Amino acid sequence: MSHKDIEYTTVTEVAGPLIIVDGVKDVAYNEVVKIKTSTGEERTGQVLEAFTDKAIIQVFEGTKGLDTDKTSVRFIGETMKLGVSKDILGRVFDGTGNPIDNAPPIIPEERREINGNPINPYAREYPSEFIQTGISTIDGLNTLVRGQKLPIFSGAGLPHNEMAAQIARQAKVLGKEEKFAVVFCAMGITSEEANLFIRDFENTGALERTVMFLNLADDPTIERIILPRMALTCAEYLAFDLNMHVLVILTDLTNYAEALREIAAAREEVPGRRGYPGYMYTDLAMLYERAGRIKGKKGSITQIPMLTMPDDDITHPIPDLTGYITEGQIVLDRGLHKKDIYPPVAVLPCLSRLMDRGIGEDRTREDHADVSNQLYAAYAEGCDLRDLVAIVGEDALSERDRKFLKFADEFEQKFVKQESHENRSIVQTLTIGWELLSDLPTAELKKIDEKYIKKYLPKTKEEKE
Amino acid sequence: MSNKQQEGKIIRISGPVIEADGMRGAKMYDVVRVGGENLIGEIIRLNEDNAIIQVYEDTNGLRPGEMVISTGMPLSVELGPGLLANIYDGIQRPLPAIQEKTGEFIARGVEAPAIDRKKKWYFKPTVKAGEKVNGCDVIGEVQETSIITHRIIVPPELSGKILTIEKEGDYTVEEDIAVVSNGGGDVKLQMMQRWPVRKPRPVAKKYDPTLPLITGQRIIDTFFPVAKGGTAAIPGGFGTGKTVMLHQLAKWSDAQVVIYVGCGERGNEMTDVLREFPKLEDPKSGEPLMNRTVLIANTSNMPVAARDASVYTGITIAEYYRDMGYDVALMADSTSRLAEAMREISGRLEEMPGEEGYPAYLASRLAEFYERAGRVKLICSKDKEGSISVIGAVSPPGGDFSEPVAQNTLRIVKVFWALDADLADRRHFPSINWLKSYSLYLNEIQSWWKKEIGEGWLKLRNKAMALLQKESELQEIVKLVGPDALPPKERGLLEGARMIREDFLQQSAFHEVDTFCPGKKQYEMLRLILKYFDKTQEAANKNIHIDDVINMNSRENLARMKNVSNKLFDKKFQETEKDLDKEFSLLEKGGS
Ligand SMILES: Nc1ncnc2c1ncn2[C@@H]1O[C@H](COP(=O)(O)OP(=O)(O)OP(=O)(O)O)[C@@H](O)[C@H]1O
Ligand SMILES: [Mg+2]
Repeated sequence: MSHKDIEYTTVTEVAGPLIIVDGVKDVAYNEVVKIKTSTGEERTGQVLEAFTDKAIIQVFEGTKGLDTDKTSVRFIGETMKLGVSKDILGRVFDGTGNPIDNAPPIIPEERREINGNPINPYAREYPSEFIQTGISTIDGLNTLVRGQKLPIFSGAGLPHNEMAAQIARQAKVLGKEEKFAVVFCAMGITSEEANLFIRDFENTGALERTVMFLNLADDPTIERIILPRMALTCAEYLAFDLNMHVLVILTDLTNYAEALREIAAAREEVPGRRGYPGYMYTDLAMLYERAGRIKGKKGSITQIPMLTMPDDDITHPIPDLTGYITEGQIVLDRGLHKKDIYPPVAVLPCLSRLMDRGIGEDRTREDHADVSNQLYAAYAEGCDLRDLVAIVGEDALSERDRKFLKFADEFEQKFVKQESHENRSIVQTLTIGWELLSDLPTAELKKIDEKYIKKYLPKTKEEKE
Repeated sequence: MSNKQQEGKIIRISGPVIEADGMRGAKMYDVVRVGGENLIGEIIRLNEDNAIIQVYEDTNGLRPGEMVISTGMPLSVELGPGLLANIYDGIQRPLPAIQEKTGEFIARGVEAPAIDRKKKWYFKPTVKAGEKVNGCDVIGEVQETSIITHRIIVPPELSGKILTIEKEGDYTVEEDIAVVSNGGGDVKLQMMQRWPVRKPRPVAKKYDPTLPLITGQRIIDTFFPVAKGGTAAIPGGFGTGKTVMLHQLAKWSDAQVVIYVGCGERGNEMTDVLREFPKLEDPKSGEPLMNRTVLIANTSNMPVAARDASVYTGITIAEYYRDMGYDVALMADSTSRLAEAMREISGRLEEMPGEEGYPAYLASRLAEFYERAGRVKLICSKDKEGSISVIGAVSPPGGDFSEPVAQNTLRIVKVFWALDADLADRRHFPSINWLKSYSLYLNEIQSWWKKEIGEGWLKLRNKAMALLQKESELQEIVKLVGPDALPPKERGLLEGARMIREDFLQQSAFHEVDTFCPGKKQYEMLRLILKYFDKTQEAANKNIHIDDVINMNSRENLARMKNVSNKLFDKKFQETEKDLDKEFSLLEKGGS
């Protein structure tokens, strides 16, 4: 009798999201488990620790209703897999990979291990193709490139979902017509939030290029551990087998991390910082590092993970570990949101590490890097002066300083702020930048090469002088 | 070598850690092969019949009952020609070979020799039969790359008389090239040797470092220098510039051989090096930088057990090139990931956790690693030296340096480059905080600077530091009264300090000229900026309006000094200085 046909009814312990089964044989690490409750309901689990005669299992749909009496357990002989095929586009799946769009299940061409294998760094192609999102704070100051992982660090109640939807709507590579395929992975967000995306995909006709993996707020939490893995397996298939450019939106990683913590607590592991498991860095890296490009392959995976910083605290382990793995971050700010600035991007702590290679003469425009550096420096100085003015008053400032103070305000109103349907070209973004900079004394524009000042500084300004 | 092989069976699997029984007789740190796929692991604890093993590959799908076979050998690296310009994973499997075998994604159980067995190298003997040799004596040479001559050395623990030595010609790394008789018997030597990674290669003596490792980075060379054979740590929160700085050091420092270990960091950062280094020229030889570099990559999504192997693999290769008499520099990005891997494994072993869950041996492990740096006298017969400089990144949670990895590291290393998120936010790069950082090598290396660059080096440097210190005090006052309320002298000081910060300390890694700044240029830039500062003070004494000095045209020339060509700066700076003098004397005369 094969191992797959045995039904064990030897559950000895149910604890949190875990069960322990005794007397088992030949159970593989990470093997998938089918669990039947006493009422006949079926659930899915996965082996977390395997012994010669015992297995610790995490149950994705939760352990409510499981018992140590009638509950039966069957090991299916393989680790978690996702069936993929060309027909996967346009489909919607639940947290364990079953379709929930009332269409028949897809007939898989292949079933892939959802944990994936690491991309060989030697096989990677360095991402460098500029993606225009139409959002100035991203395009101008924190440029996104194809194959990058660039998260949005948000706070509860901030419009990160609007922003992600705007990116998905507007993202394009200049001079190329092909549209992004979208893999949308919702972990524990409300149905209202999910609908915002779905409506948007519908309105723009993106739905047929989209694959959705949904685990909503009232769905079982432990499913959130496998959901992004399925989504990324799907993305890898689309990108590296079907040669598509894929945009993966993962939201909300905070809910994912909570699920990790729940399991760690149930296993009574020694907790790392603030109760999150010590291996959370590696665990998150296994997701984020699945973005990228591969030499000789046409497709790419660009990731926009979103997370809400608990208590708006950027040093919290979830944003902190994420920032250590991703290639930059877009940080949203409650203060700006209250000032009615959309998108409320707190420019200073934002970063795109792949920007330097994605911009410049052949990619965006020759002056891009200099303008960006200058805007940063001037805005930082303006913000410092705001703090100073709060104490000494504006009168104590020199003429020069007052200009920087004013610059900071104008920058937020004209450069940062834009409409949620406003799709600015990179040239428009740079033009706004130059206009703002032209209100500063030209001698202060030290970060910009003189030849660009000559070429791009608005003429009216030079005439003024 | 005859080693009895133990064969046992898996009885438990928990992530990267497994337990096997039937292992009595296997030795601590022996390498084992696990399961049907022949995964590679290492014994990290023994208890009667049972061995606990960390597995260097993904354990997904492994089952209790599968076989575990001990190889009887500790984890070792292969050393010989062919290391340079290569990229390895944490246990020295070459990534290009892995790609050939399993495609773009790394599958499990791949075997690939670290050093190509088929390639022939042109070997030139440098000893004759009959000569006596000791460990690390050179017996021949191979031109490994356009930059580095690979000296074929006698393994450290061997000495004796050369019985035979092959003549000049092409050999593979496995062919015998010499026979040494050492009393006990005859030992055949090949160009390749092995060494266990956890055991430091022996040295005759450790010296104090006296020469700076010139990096071309102003804040490092001029302000917080590291010595050849020294140790440095660069802690900082995410995005503050650790990796960029380590890449800069790997590119521009004047070590002869560079080992770059990417330990638990991003795949793309390794790709970046692979893409860039072959195109960049070594400033000295004009040859591609890749030809002096070995890369080790255990990226964050690769198995965590191989994190610490990656660092040991790296340092052992560094020691091997040091033993040839080279100055080697090793960068490890990031040592925090190594510590976290230790924590994870220790947690799975259910060891008693120390501070923040790290094992109690964290401090000693870190110390052992950095202890392998140093300027040393080699054990060979001739009086020869070599050095290893080690620079480690530290990634403290929340950017808070009070955590165990940063604290334990700072107790060991001699140079501390404190990255500052506030500086990074305002794009002040490198965002090394000048008030918090330090170097304990200033005195040791000052004679080099004085002799090679300029007599007043240390004085200039200290004057600039004092100015920055004073600036931070003044800034407290400015916060209360505003800048305009300060007396002219103080305002001049603030301007001087601002120039040091913006026009000297800031240095763009991505600017084609500024990415590397020669020592002499650093010295001249600082001298001129401080001269300007002196002028502001003089002006105050002579009742010249401070605003007139601040608005001098020469200031802009000073601000653009960093981008003046590294070859022509001498002449250009002389003009800049002349202009400064002229403009100032005009001010003195009252005509502006
Ligand atoms: N010397 C420099 N010149 C110009 N830009 C720099 C410099 N140092 C850092 N940067 C900028 O800061 C970004 C982040 O730097 P880096 O990747 O080195 O950070 P890190 O400290 O290694 O972060 P992590 O811990 O997340 O790996 C770079 O992508 C680059 O844009
Ligand atoms: Mg880094």
